[in-house]
Amino acid sequence: MDVAAIKEYKFESADRLENFHGNQLLYVGWEDHLMFCAPFCFMLPPDTPFQAVVDNMLPGAFGYHPDFAQIDWSKTEWFKSGEPWTPQPDKSLAENGLGHKAVIRFRTPGLTGIKGSCS
Amino acid sequence: MDMKAGSGKKLGLKEKYRHMTRELDWETTYQTRQDVHPLVEYEGIKIHDWDKWEDPFRLTMDAYWKYQSEKERKLYAIIEAYAQNNGHLNVTDARYLNAIKLFLTGISPLEYMAHRGFAMAGRAFPGAGPRVACLMQSLDELRHAQTQIHSLSNYNKYYNGFHDPAHMLQRVWYLSVPRSFFDDAVTAGPFEFMVAIGFSFEYVLTNLLFVPFVSGAAYNGDMGTMTFGFSAQSDEARHMTLGLEIIKFILEQDPDNIPIVQRWIDKWTWRGYRVLTLVGMMMDYMLPKRIMSWKEAWEVYFEQNGGALFKDLARYGIRPPKWLDQISFDKDHISHQAWSTFYQYGAAADFHTWSPTDDELDWLSKKYPNSFDKYYRPRLEFWREQAEKGNRFYNTTLPQLCQVCQIPMVFTEPGDPTKTCYREVDYQGEKFHFCSDGCKDIFEHEPEKYKQSWLPVHQIYQGNCFPEGTDPTVEGFEPLAKVLEYYHVNFGRDNLDFEGSEDQKNFAAWRGMATTNE
Repeated sequence: MDVAAIKEYKFESADRLENFHGNQLLYVGWEDHLMFCAPFCFMLPPDTPFQAVVDNMLPGAFGYHPDFAQIDWSKTEWFKSGEPWTPQPDKSLAENGLGHKAVIRFRTPGLTGIKGSCS
Repeated sequence: MDMKAGSGKKLGLKEKYRHMTRELDWETTYQTRQDVHPLVEYEGIKIHDWDKWEDPFRLTMDAYWKYQSEKERKLYAIIEAYAQNNGHLNVTDARYLNAIKLFLTGISPLEYMAHRGFAMAGRAFPGAGPRVACLMQSLDELRHAQTQIHSLSNYNKYYNGFHDPAHMLQRVWYLSVPRSFFDDAVTAGPFEFMVAIGFSFEYVLTNLLFVPFVSGAAYNGDMGTMTFGFSAQSDEARHMTLGLEIIKFILEQDPDNIPIVQRWIDKWTWRGYRVLTLVGMMMDYMLPKRIMSWKEAWEVYFEQNGGALFKDLARYGIRPPKWLDQISFDKDHISHQAWSTFYQYGAAADFHTWSPTDDELDWLSKKYPNSFDKYYRPRLEFWREQAEKGNRFYNTTLPQLCQVCQIPMVFTEPGDPTKTCYREVDYQGEKFHFCSDGCKDIFEHEPEKYKQSWLPVHQIYQGNCFPEGTDPTVEGFEPLAKVLEYYHVNFGRDNLDFEGSEDQKNFAAWRGMATTNE
C-alpha cells in the first residue's frame, strides 16, 4: 500500500529536481562534530566541481569550529550514503555520482570536537 | 392546544443520556448510509455494531455547557486579575517568557487543529455515541485554543515574539514540526485520527505537557498559564477515556482491526514522541526555576503510566509501541540536542535563546549524570566563552531535515550519541532522508503521502519563502532577511540572544519600577 485513500492518490514529489531551478541539493555532514546540530543542505548546480564544494561551501558552514582550521584534507575520509567513498576533486557533482539529495559525510582523523566530546 | 408537560419527574442520568444522544440519531432514507458516511470503510477497520460503544461519562450537551461555563468564569477572572496586577512582572525571569512564546506558536495551534480533527472524526462516524463524544471534545479543544491565546496575549502587550502566531504556524521552519504532526493526523481517516490524537497523543503523551510543564509555569510565577493548563487538564480525563474506549471498541469489534491499530500505535507514538522533543527542551532549558527533568518526567508519565496502559491492552493482542529501546536510551539526550539546535539557529527563530548559567549547567549534570558532562557541557561552555568574546554562534547554513518528522537531522544513532543517525530510501528515482528507523518506517508504509512534505529548507531553496514580489536575483539580495520578513519575525527584536535583548532590558526596568521607589 502506497497510501490509504478513498480514491486514486497520485501527486508529484514536492522536492523533485526540476523544482530547484537547475540546481540540486547536496547534504554534507562532518563526523564527530555534533556542535553543528545536523548535516547541512546545500543547493548547487550539478556541474559544480567537487573541490569547489570543499573550498567554497564548507568553510562558511563549518568554519566556526576550532577544529576546522586543523583539518588535513589529504587524510580526510569520505562517505557517500554511509559507505566509504573517494571523491574526484576536479570532477563535477554529477561525474562524482552525486545526484539530487545525495548525502555525503567526511571524517577528519584525530579531530574529535571540543575537548574530545565529538561536539 | 394544550401540551402535556409529562409526568413532571426528572429524567435519570442514563435515560437523559439516551434521549439526548442515541435518540438524536436517525436512519437515512433518501441517501445510503455509505454516501452519508463515505470515510468509514477505506482504512480497513471493520465495525459491526456501533451501539456497543459506551460513553463512560454519559455527558449531554446541557450538562457540558453548565460545567464548562462555570470553569471558564473562574479562569477568566484569574486571567483578568493576573493582567491587572501586572502578573507578568512576577515571573522568575524574563527568559521564562520564551518557553511561553514556544507554547503560543507551537502548541496552542495544535489545540485548534484537534478541534477541527474531532469535528471531522465525529462527522465521519455512523455511531451516535462516539459522534456526540467527539463533538464535545471538539468544543473542548476550541476552548483550549481560545483560553491559551487569551492567557498568553497579555504578554504580547509587553514582550516581543507574541505578535503573529497564526501567520507563523504556516511558515516558520521549526513550526513545521507540530504543524505537520496534526496535518498528518487530520488528513488520515477518522479511525486513524482517533488512534493518533484520541489515543496516542491524549492518552500517552499530553500528560507530559499538561502536568510537569504546567506545574513548571506555576513554579515560575505564571498564574495565567498555570490556570489555563489546569483548566484544560480537567477535560483531559474525559479525552483520555474517549481515546481509550474508542481503541478498545475498535479492537473488540473485529480481529482484523488489530494489526491496523497496532501500526497506528507504532506510528503515532513515534511521531508524538518526536514532537515532544520541544517540551523536553522547554523543561530542561527554558524554565528558570525547574521542577523536574525531562528524563524524570518521561520515566513517570511514559514509562510507568504508559507501561501500565500497554499491559492492559495486551489482552486485545496489542504489544507496546516499536522502538521503545531507542526511546529509552534517548531520554538522556534529546532535550540537549534540541536546545543546541535552537541556540545555533537563534537568528531564525521568533524567540530568544541563551547560554545556561553555571547553576543551570550543574543542575543538568546532576539530572543527566551519564550524558551531560561527557557530551553536552563542553559544547555549551565553548559557546558561552565565545559569546563572551563577542563571537556568539549563529548557524546560518540551512540544515538537512527529516522527511517525516521534519526536524533537522539532530538525532543520533541508537545507543551512540556521537553519531548522527542517517537513514535513506530511494523511491521512484528520488532519495528521501530520515532521522531514525521510526520515521523511515512511517515513510515506507505511505510514501505517496510523505513525498508531499512541505520541508521549510527545501521550500526556501525553491524560492517559496520570500514576501510576494521579491526578486532574489537583485544585487545584494539577502535571503535570510527576506525569509524572516516572510515569517513576520522582526530581526533584532524577536530573535538572537536573550542577553542584550529588548525583553531583558524592559523586564529589568519594569520590575525595578514595581519593586522599588526609584
